[in-house]
Amino acid sequence: MATLYERYSSIVYSVALRVLGDTGAAEDTLQEVFLQLWRNPGAFDSGRGSLGAWLAVITRNRAIDALRKRKPEADIDDVIVSVRPDFTTDTERSRSLEKVRVVLGAMPAAQRTALELAFFEGLTHSEIAGKTGEPLGTIKTRIRSGLLTIRKAFEG
Amino acid sequence: MHEQFAEDLALLAMGSLEGDERMTLEKHLESCSACRQELEALRGDTALFALSTSGPQPPQRAKQRLMSAIEAESRSRTVGVSKQRRFPWWAPLGWATAAAMALGVFWFWRQSDHLASEMARMQQESSARQAELEQAREVVATLTAKDAVVVPVAAPNAPPQPQGKAIYRRDSARLIFVASNMPPLPSQKAFELWLIPVEGAPIPAGVFKPDAHGTAVMVHPALPAGVVAKAFAITVEPEGGSSTPTMPIVMMGAGS
Repeated sequence: MATLYERYSSIVYSVALRVLGDTGAAEDTLQEVFLQLWRNPGAFDSGRGSLGAWLAVITRNRAIDALRKRKPEADIDDVIVSVRPDFTTDTERSRSLEKVRVVLGAMPAAQRTALELAFFEGLTHSEIAGKTGEPLGTIKTRIRSGLLTIRKAFEG
Repeated sequence: MHEQFAEDLALLAMGSLEGDERMTLEKHLESCSACRQELEALRGDTALFALSTSGPQPPQRAKQRLMSAIEAESRSRTVGVSKQRRFPWWAPLGWATAAAMALGVFWFWRQSDHLASEMARMQQESSARQAELEQAREVVATLTAKDAVVVPVAAPNAPPQPQGKAIYRRDSARLIFVASNMPPLPSQKAFELWLIPVEGAPIPAGVFKPDAHGTAVMVHPALPAGVVAKAFAITVEPEGGSSTPTMPIVMMGAGS
């Protein structure tokens, strides 16, 4: 567990901090995510993807739950994340990070904002539409094409 | 993937789909593997997006807090070991070592069951750890093998007596307890081990029920650190254990 912590605590903490905006609350989420992994390592199916990616998604979900002060919405076992880079090594992580930042930097600001509001603030598409004053359909399209743009950058 | 669900799948992966649209899509996913695969891939895309936050490092105390929590949970775990026949009084020492290793293996198995690929990488990084793991696995395989025969070796004509051994490290509050030839318990009762300190009241040191052969092993029950043990004692208590011992003491041994 110490090795897994060394490898992935930064991703988990960064995501929790980005969502919660508070170091204490981010630490609580970090603790909860790793304890859950320790108690129930079977929740992660290594045949279906990378642990780093799975932890990032689980952390985001837990942090949003904490933000909304609600009970965890879904079992961690139910979340399957399929992604090519596995973030295992520092080199791989920094290479992937660089790539994501380049993609996001080149993305239209409105599209990046839609992704951020949905993922880091946990807003529904109608809440995003209400906040940005744009039609629901536009928000839907932006989110999907934004995610596909990121995926494409890693397919090359 | 069904095109009509393409955008809703992205929203579901983001956790942003709600109401009827979410219900309709979740129902569809139950029977459509192509859309499930696309959902998993979209979640992967969100993970890549999450990576953009990378940078901040958690404070050192967060690691200490996690490791303390894990250690506390490990400590309270008890391990039962079955055997085929009674074993002699000196055997507990071997069992104690094996039980300690079994705990290590148990932890690794929990990890390795579904984290197989992660474990493989970790093992590559540490060949020493892998050797230890292999050794521990062999010990456990021998202990749990169906064809394992435990042969009692004792003085001729010595009738089997209830025996217990408590191996205790005061500073780290680590205790391994093994018992053999324990008598049967009344229903809804269990044995409870007590650490009798030099000063103060007896401290609960774990509740156990022997197997059909009268054997029991407890590894690292929760104990306060630094307590000097004057003796260890065993009483019969309700299954949930008691906070103070119920007389009589059925077994007792003084510390050296």
